[in-house]
Amino acid sequence: MAHAADAAHADHHDHLPSFWRRWFYSTNHKDIGTLYLIFGFTAGIIGGLLSIGMRLELQDPGLQYFSNPQAYNVFVTGHGLIMVFFMVMPTLIGGFGNWFIPIMIGAPDMAFPRMNNISFWLTVSAFGLMLLSLFVEGAPGSLGFGGGWTVYPPLSTVGHPGPALDFGILALHLAGAASILGAINFITTILNMRAPGMTLHKMPLFAWSMLVTAFLLLLSLPVLAGAITMLLTDRNFGTTFFDPSGGGDPVLYQHLFWFFGHPEVYIMILPAFGIVSHIISTFSKKPIFGYLGMAYAMVAIGVVGFVVWAHHMYTVGLSLQTQAYFVFATMVIAVPTGVKIFSWIATMWGGSIRFTAAMQWAIGFVFLFTVGGVTGVVLANAPVDRYMHDTYYVVAHFHYVLSLGAVFVIFAGMYYWFPKITGYVMPEWIGKLHFWVAFIGSNVLFFPMHFLGLSGMPRRYADYPDAFAGWNLVSSIGAYVFFAGLFIFMFGVVYAFVRKEKAAANPWGEGATTLEWTLSSPPPFHQFETLPRVVDTGH
Amino acid sequence: MAQAGRRYSHARAFPDAFMALCHHIFRSFGTPMRIETGRRSVTALSTAAVALVLGISEAWAAAGQPSPWETGMQEMVTELGQSVSNFHTYLVWLITAICLFVLALILVIIARFNEKKNPVPNKTTHNTLLEVAWTIIPVLILVAIAIPSFRLLREQLVPPQADLVVKATGYSWYWGYEYPADQGGFKFDSNMIAEVKDLKPDQPRLLGADNAMVVPVGKVVRVQVTSADVMHAFALPSFALKIDAIPGRLNETWFKAEREGVYYGQCSELCGNGHPYMPIEIRVVSEQQYAAWLAEAKQRYASTDGSAPVKFATAQ
Repeated sequence: MAHAADAAHADHHDHLPSFWRRWFYSTNHKDIGTLYLIFGFTAGIIGGLLSIGMRLELQDPGLQYFSNPQAYNVFVTGHGLIMVFFMVMPTLIGGFGNWFIPIMIGAPDMAFPRMNNISFWLTVSAFGLMLLSLFVEGAPGSLGFGGGWTVYPPLSTVGHPGPALDFGILALHLAGAASILGAINFITTILNMRAPGMTLHKMPLFAWSMLVTAFLLLLSLPVLAGAITMLLTDRNFGTTFFDPSGGGDPVLYQHLFWFFGHPEVYIMILPAFGIVSHIISTFSKKPIFGYLGMAYAMVAIGVVGFVVWAHHMYTVGLSLQTQAYFVFATMVIAVPTGVKIFSWIATMWGGSIRFTAAMQWAIGFVFLFTVGGVTGVVLANAPVDRYMHDTYYVVAHFHYVLSLGAVFVIFAGMYYWFPKITGYVMPEWIGKLHFWVAFIGSNVLFFPMHFLGLSGMPRRYADYPDAFAGWNLVSSIGAYVFFAGLFIFMFGVVYAFVRKEKAAANPWGEGATTLEWTLSSPPPFHQFETLPRVVDTGH
Repeated sequence: MAQAGRRYSHARAFPDAFMALCHHIFRSFGTPMRIETGRRSVTALSTAAVALVLGISEAWAAAGQPSPWETGMQEMVTELGQSVSNFHTYLVWLITAICLFVLALILVIIARFNEKKNPVPNKTTHNTLLEVAWTIIPVLILVAIAIPSFRLLREQLVPPQADLVVKATGYSWYWGYEYPADQGGFKFDSNMIAEVKDLKPDQPRLLGADNAMVVPVGKVVRVQVTSADVMHAFALPSFALKIDAIPGRLNETWFKAEREGVYYGQCSELCGNGHPYMPIEIRVVSEQQYAAWLAEAKQRYASTDGSAPVKFATAQ
């Protein structure tokens, strides 16, 4: 049997599979992780270019680059969907998750290696469909879907009769299926394949974050799949789930979407929480402060995250009681989030901190996530949200938690694990330079958006009243600086591969206590043929 | 108009070839149709540039519209809006304090707990008192936010007895207003003024409408909001008002404007190509002016009793 022969072959350390076999039929969690990282970065560049297109347009009032607002909104929609489904999720979950979850828990690989492979290629196929949708008709006479990443009907039904959104819906179906398979894989791996002695309460926080994330994916994505399937049949097969003329209701879609959509934001940020904990602990040379509190804060965020969805819908006409409930429930989330912020600070307090590139990104994250978090508390309050809803204040808020939150941690993780993944050292100055360029660029980009929102500028506007010109110009300049920072990162990767300075098994010293640092850099093709025995992780 | 003609020249700093390329790429995504916003004259450009350099803010009406370099909410002209604004100011103080506290802790950490100053890390991983404190104190802060928040929410959503009802219907891409029989029973459409040259002196570009919704000052106005096609949202920042226009639903909101004036809002739910081009203009006038307007409006606009021909809007 070819399969058995394969396995026997691959077991042999020195003999890697052929290029095609290794990268296209890959069942090795590290190779799949690498593929996800490359994929996520590529998608991020495309999503980033779309946002540069948006910022070019918004730099001045009037229409300069786009022939009409619809074309601009196709970019807005593409940017949102690509960044959420094809950049942040594949990088944090598929990339870092695949690479380090099995190693951190002392497992040889993921529980279902072949399912892991199909998860990845489904994601790639989904991205292909998503890109195709940009080039087929959406709204009459124009290309692509321009109804926003939330895909609200009726704009997504009667407003876009062309097939663009059908491509988009099928892309989300495939990406969702990929994520559900991935979630099943992570849950099974984490619950069943931990090394002897590694109880759940000794498990590294990144594994905890991924466990919670996987449950959120498993429970929320089917709801999205249901909602967009109803949308698909409304569009193509004459159903009227969301069409009042047939007894349906557009608001039903919003409830279904946000029942997925709100857990989705935690899906994007929880893995980041896990990664930041490790980086801060490593470079402070201290175990994480309040380990159990940290783990259960993530569980609490995950649970409460499922019952707050309608805070995205304060303006649809919900009753007083409903709005009051969602105000209350939403604010509750601030408590476990605060526990995490203060525990990170307490971890650093009393430490002997080395300010490496990864650590600078992590500290930057802690502060900027706080800023994004407190504006979330403002928005949780329905009476003020009514003013800010659908304005740039909301755009500022969610970019502080995602772009300056999740994306900062993606780079923190990149600089932290680069030597482990590639086996090469990247000079520290590259990551530090990148950090400062990104820190300044992203704040110049996103902070003025608070002002624009307070001043009343609505989202998803290609053209705006002239009074908004000033802050928009500042914001655009920030965008160019932030984007330019990516070239520093790309240079660093190429430079490290050209320089070929070999990385030690543990380049970070005594603070790096998780299992990946006990392996060579890069780790062997198959690790832990003899399972490690976990005595005490120091928590 | 100077403000409509304001245009910055830095766009020229980009290499022309790059600009042309971008133009080409972006245009290929849309239809050739373009909603013209009017050519801006060189004179207006230089006037704006001089004003900008000298730091002279143009004569913008303070309330009812955004102003350049604004960093806070628009000036409120309803009591409820003022409460929202005050509540927001209170929140800004709170969140600024929290951010500065976190920043201060981080700065202390950077100064004191770096490798040089503190070569031997301590190994503290638990402090029950601290952990209880950073759970309880945020809860107390949230309670201090929730109490005024719920009170304000109640004020917003439990409307007082209305003196006047106006129905606003969102269309792609304009608003239609309907005054019921007790006000004369008429309806009309409100389109954005597309050409800069057609704007009245007090109307900013993209905000001015051909027919404004007119209401008397100091009266409780209930606005019923719905949509005839896709979703829109009826929003007016200086009244702190926003409610979605949803087909098949009749939403409701209210306001009581305390001052006469012209107040502007914009559609706030993505509705397609004309989304930025369907402003809301509300003119708050005295009782006498309102009566005069009603008399004129009854003549000018289509009656809601169905006997008169309907006036169709010219959609964008």
